[in-house]
Amino acid sequence: MSAQPTVPHGPRADEVVRLDGVTRHYRVGDETVRALDGVSFSIRRGSYWAIMGPSGSGKSTMLNILGCLDRPSGGAYWLNGVNVAEMDDDELSDHRLLNLGFVFQSFHLIPQLTVCENIELPLLYLGLPAGERRRKAAELAESVGMEHRLRHLPSELSGGQRQRVAVARALANDPAVLLADEPTGNLDSATSVQIMALFQALYEQGKTVIVVTHEADIAAYAKGCIVLKDGRVQQVRGGA
Amino acid sequence: MIALRTLWPFVRLGLTDVWRHKTRSFLTMLGMVFGVGSVISMLAVGEGASQQALDAIKRLGSQNIMVMSVKPTSEDGVSTGAQRGRLAVYGLLYDDERRIRETVPGVVLTVPARMTRRNARLGERQLELRVVETIPSWFGVVQRPVLAGRVLTEHDMLSSANVCVLTEHGVRRLLAGEEMLGQRIRVSSSVFEVVGIVKNETGGTVRAPDSEADAYIPLSTGTRLFGEANVRYSAGGMEGERVELSEIIVKMSDTDAVEPGSKAIEAVLARFHKKKDYKIDVPLTLLREAERTKRTYNIVLGAIAGISLLVGGIGIMNIMLASVTERTKEIGIRRAIGARRSRIVIQFLINTCVLSIGGGLLGLLLGVLIPVLITSATGMPTVVRFYSLTLAFGISVAVGIVFGLYPAMRAAALDPIEALRHE
Repeated sequence: MSAQPTVPHGPRADEVVRLDGVTRHYRVGDETVRALDGVSFSIRRGSYWAIMGPSGSGKSTMLNILGCLDRPSGGAYWLNGVNVAEMDDDELSDHRLLNLGFVFQSFHLIPQLTVCENIELPLLYLGLPAGERRRKAAELAESVGMEHRLRHLPSELSGGQRQRVAVARALANDPAVLLADEPTGNLDSATSVQIMALFQALYEQGKTVIVVTHEADIAAYAKGCIVLKDGRVQQVRGGA
Repeated sequence: MIALRTLWPFVRLGLTDVWRHKTRSFLTMLGMVFGVGSVISMLAVGEGASQQALDAIKRLGSQNIMVMSVKPTSEDGVSTGAQRGRLAVYGLLYDDERRIRETVPGVVLTVPARMTRRNARLGERQLELRVVETIPSWFGVVQRPVLAGRVLTEHDMLSSANVCVLTEHGVRRLLAGEEMLGQRIRVSSSVFEVVGIVKNETGGTVRAPDSEADAYIPLSTGTRLFGEANVRYSAGGMEGERVELSEIIVKMSDTDAVEPGSKAIEAVLARFHKKKDYKIDVPLTLLREAERTKRTYNIVLGAIAGISLLVGGIGIMNIMLASVTERTKEIGIRRAIGARRSRIVIQFLINTCVLSIGGGLLGLLLGVLIPVLITSATGMPTVVRFYSLTLAFGISVAVGIVFGLYPAMRAAALDPIEALRHE
């Protein structure tokens, strides 16, 4: 996918993610660190990709850019047809709210909120009325097999259960892209398999899934793999 | 409406947060509790004191001017009368009353009074009374509710009857347990029939003409029994003083006439009195002074209360800053999910307001309770006005917003990436 020449007029309709010459430079003292140094690739709607790379490869920066938490220093990044590079903070927030679902390595549930309230969170920011939020959260919990734990606090759940809740929350806004950052990093291998099976199922339902990981066996679940090294795309394998 | 619907979860979140950290929240709120509590109770005490002063002054009558005899301070000027060095003659005269009535414009009525302390007895019981020899109009000028019987009449005056009207204080201490009206009491060496009982002046900071156990008798009776003037000798009889009238109450046609009237009275008296052996009190002026004092008092109280609320607010801000640090990760999560900075600001503002309003409400209870305790413990009157409650509540909301803003901005300014990484 990535080897295609740059399209100056924006992404094609089926490209939910498109990066064109994305750079991200930091100034550390007098030095400029090129965390991303001209990355281009695109991801089609409904595909399942892994982004791999050793530490220092720009993987984290890539995740932040893809997740609209950070803006590229140069180049263009289209997420769901809109160029993120030109957005201000509020627009970025709205873009995350509407188009992205995050799944983190350490789950990142809000400890003082119940399972139900955690899942509701994106819906709350979307401005849905309470009744509808409640109903949708229950549905989502059911879809990840957590419907019997709605009133529990995250601290009362096992790691695997927490990650299921996190996935349910990430799906609440029906995102264009489900972005997972080392989603099994804090789980044992049996639970990891279950969570990866969940991603597989979501992919089969037509979701776009991107998993950022350094573990090859996790990356193997994806249909394609982008390998980063020194801030550049080193290799693109497969693709769905 | 959308705003309200989306705000409620944050209010609930704030409440659960307060509940989760019960001890900390309570300690944080204490500043507000005492701040608001002290605002309300200080206002109540101030209001009570000034209310009392104002009531006392109003009862003196805002149309009245009180002229009183006072002993001149310089010794040599005292003895203008017969026996130099032995009998101090000073004070107001019947002539003064006549001159005031006849020359000062706007005078409706003048009421002379002579006051002496005399021993009263009823059977075994004894009490020193202040005997006020005056004319029936006294009761028309100084408002004094009648509790039983009647006040003095023209007939009492003309017949110089041996009747007296007592204040309830005197009644309680002298007539306790006895039939009150019609009772005969002995004052000095004469017997008086009690014909009426009037309400007492209730203390206060302003001197009232009858703030004690008083017996009112007709002026004519007093003249007949005790003489034209109040002559008193000290022990040994070497020195004494003679005062014709202790007090003249001048009633003016309306409040506008009071101030020019008091100046005119001053002028009349100054012409005939070589020494200043009189004093002029204008309740209206006292009233204005009392109101001015109240305003000053309120400003001082307001400043003190403001400082205590400031301290309370800083306490809350401090805890909220700690809370922001503590919840950095949560802020990161919310931002990652797509919350705008403004949502974070609102969330923390609400959280601060929950604390400050919670503290404010507890303080409200305290502020209503303390004045009750003060009144029951010291007898000082207190008045909790509704405005002070709304003021205190408003202040606690304002404190929440003002002191919540900085922590909230700090929270919102966090970089989501950094915040997520925070442990």
